[in-house]
Amino acid sequence: MVSTTSTSAPSVDATARARDLLGVSRLTNAALTSWLHGLPGVDQVGCEGRAAALGTRSIKTTSKAWAIDTAISMIDLTTLEGADTPGKVRGLAAKALHPDPTDPSTPSPAAVCVYGDMVATAREALGQAPVNVAAVATAFPSGRASMPVKLADTRDAIEAGADEIDMVIDRGAFLSGNYLGVFQEIAQVAEACTRADGTRARLKVIMETGELVTYDNVRRASWLSMLAGGDFIKTSTGKVSPAATLPVTLIMLEAVRDWRDLTGEMVGVKPAGGIRTSKDAIKFLVTVSEVAGDDWLDPFWFRFGASSLLNDLLLQRQRMRIGAYSGADYVTDDSPSLY
Amino acid sequence: MPTNQRTATDARVDVRKTYKLYIGGKFPRSESGRSYEVVDGRGRFLANASQGSRKDARDAVVAARAAFPKWAGATAYNRGQVLYRVAEVMEGRRAQFVAEVRAGEGLTERRAEAVVDAAIDRWVWYAGWTDKLAQVLGGLNPVAGPYFDISAPEPTGVVGVLAPQRSSLLGLISVVAPVIASGNTAVVLASELRPLPAVTLSEALATSDVPGGVVNIITGRTAEVAPWVASHRDVNAIDLAGAADADGVVWGDLELAAAENLKRVLRPAGEGVEAVEPDWTRTPDLSRITAFLETKTVWHPKGR
Repeated sequence: MVSTTSTSAPSVDATARARDLLGVSRLTNAALTSWLHGLPGVDQVGCEGRAAALGTRSIKTTSKAWAIDTAISMIDLTTLEGADTPGKVRGLAAKALHPDPTDPSTPSPAAVCVYGDMVATAREALGQAPVNVAAVATAFPSGRASMPVKLADTRDAIEAGADEIDMVIDRGAFLSGNYLGVFQEIAQVAEACTRADGTRARLKVIMETGELVTYDNVRRASWLSMLAGGDFIKTSTGKVSPAATLPVTLIMLEAVRDWRDLTGEMVGVKPAGGIRTSKDAIKFLVTVSEVAGDDWLDPFWFRFGASSLLNDLLLQRQRMRIGAYSGADYVTDDSPSLY
Repeated sequence: MPTNQRTATDARVDVRKTYKLYIGGKFPRSESGRSYEVVDGRGRFLANASQGSRKDARDAVVAARAAFPKWAGATAYNRGQVLYRVAEVMEGRRAQFVAEVRAGEGLTERRAEAVVDAAIDRWVWYAGWTDKLAQVLGGLNPVAGPYFDISAPEPTGVVGVLAPQRSSLLGLISVVAPVIASGNTAVVLASELRPLPAVTLSEALATSDVPGGVVNIITGRTAEVAPWVASHRDVNAIDLAGAADADGVVWGDLELAAAENLKRVLRPAGEGVEAVEPDWTRTPDLSRITAFLETKTVWHPKGR
């Protein structure tokens, strides 16, 4: 398993690269619009059919054991509630360090994901352990704040020690066709992810696919986010339903695959929200392997935004270890969340 | 109607029945896709029943666990009303129960009617106990201190029930009703060779007011599914009544598996390893209810 480092490649000049890719001398909204609308449309029926077909694969015994451990190591263990307390965040960090106290061989999740004000608490609780701290920023989950506030939100989380930033795009701007506005927003936040010592926190761009209405928009938003310098494209905040569906994730995986063909760079994918069972998680892993390729089957390039998923994976893991069905008495009781 | 009276003019194609499981208030097919033939005492085909697998049992436990808080939290009086309503629905399906008991257990018409009457009466008897248990089994304990000390019976949780193999209706009801009357939820493995009354009971439950998941009924091979219920860590108790006369079932092994998470185990009747099916026509006592209860004791300071 490749370790998850907290720095990413030095920030490229997103605007210059976008001009190159689009073949224009000046990056205008019109240029972005014609480029994004020039992407092939998504065949809705075909996409949903493919996703459904990928969900029927039978993954058993050793493959299943591998898939469960891989899925656990890909989780961004999340608590994003108004009622969060430092105690709850410490509890989450403890769970990330020792997901199953009855079995020390259980891998740790990739990161814990919290609100910006809890970053310091999470950082302290995790210590030197190889578990990242991810912070949601830019007026999560609505994204309705002015740009200086969003940038301040981001820098605040970075200074508190966040390894990863989960930002939300301005869906209103995107849906009304202001692609340049969204591009600049992402590019500026990506800029703000640079730490004082020059290293960068990885930026995940939440597109909130549940609000984007069509699959075509999901594809456009994915390309726009990658063009603007996102290190990860992420489906949802978890506060809007539907959240991470398999067809939407499939479209995003196609986008990162095609992006690598075009630019040679890899971008990560993070479905978040609504993935609660091991069965669901394994369907996503199958889709990753089939659509994007096995290079993405790594916590550095693929994550699950989830909280209750971890418990179900642990129950399945216990089931395979002890040979009997396990129950909720044998995993920690996390308070419910939308994830 | 008897097939031998058919003529060419009134020939009608048989509606051959393939029943399904009852899990979480729904009627799913077995996850395994299997079914098996149910025959009467003389080997004549009656219907196809779903042959449940360990994964169906797993789903049933999940459904029972989900239904438990609401069912246990319902008022005892409400539970009594809901269960009484089941008896009403069963009464409406009386003819169907009689036919199934008669075919399955090889009884005469009159004898089968008597069994169905006894079964429905037994259900009503247990329904009546729901709001009387706390008075009879709980109470105020005298203690040497300025406290009220109150003991109250509470349901254990999810109970696995191996339904009796021979007495497919009266026996079934004699083991299921006491479990759910006190607020437990049940995962029932129906009689392997005589599952039809259990299937009809599930239809009665589904059309009454019992919330989905309170009773889950799995038909199939007892020896295949029972070990998975016995070893399931999210099952809190198990009734082994149906281990008697079940093909390939050693109840001691089930009790051993149940010990892993300290399940309450209600052993089958009989001496030693030999399990026997008790006489279900005898008037019951509270023992099948108390077997699946916990006693909660509360100390409350006396004050003025």
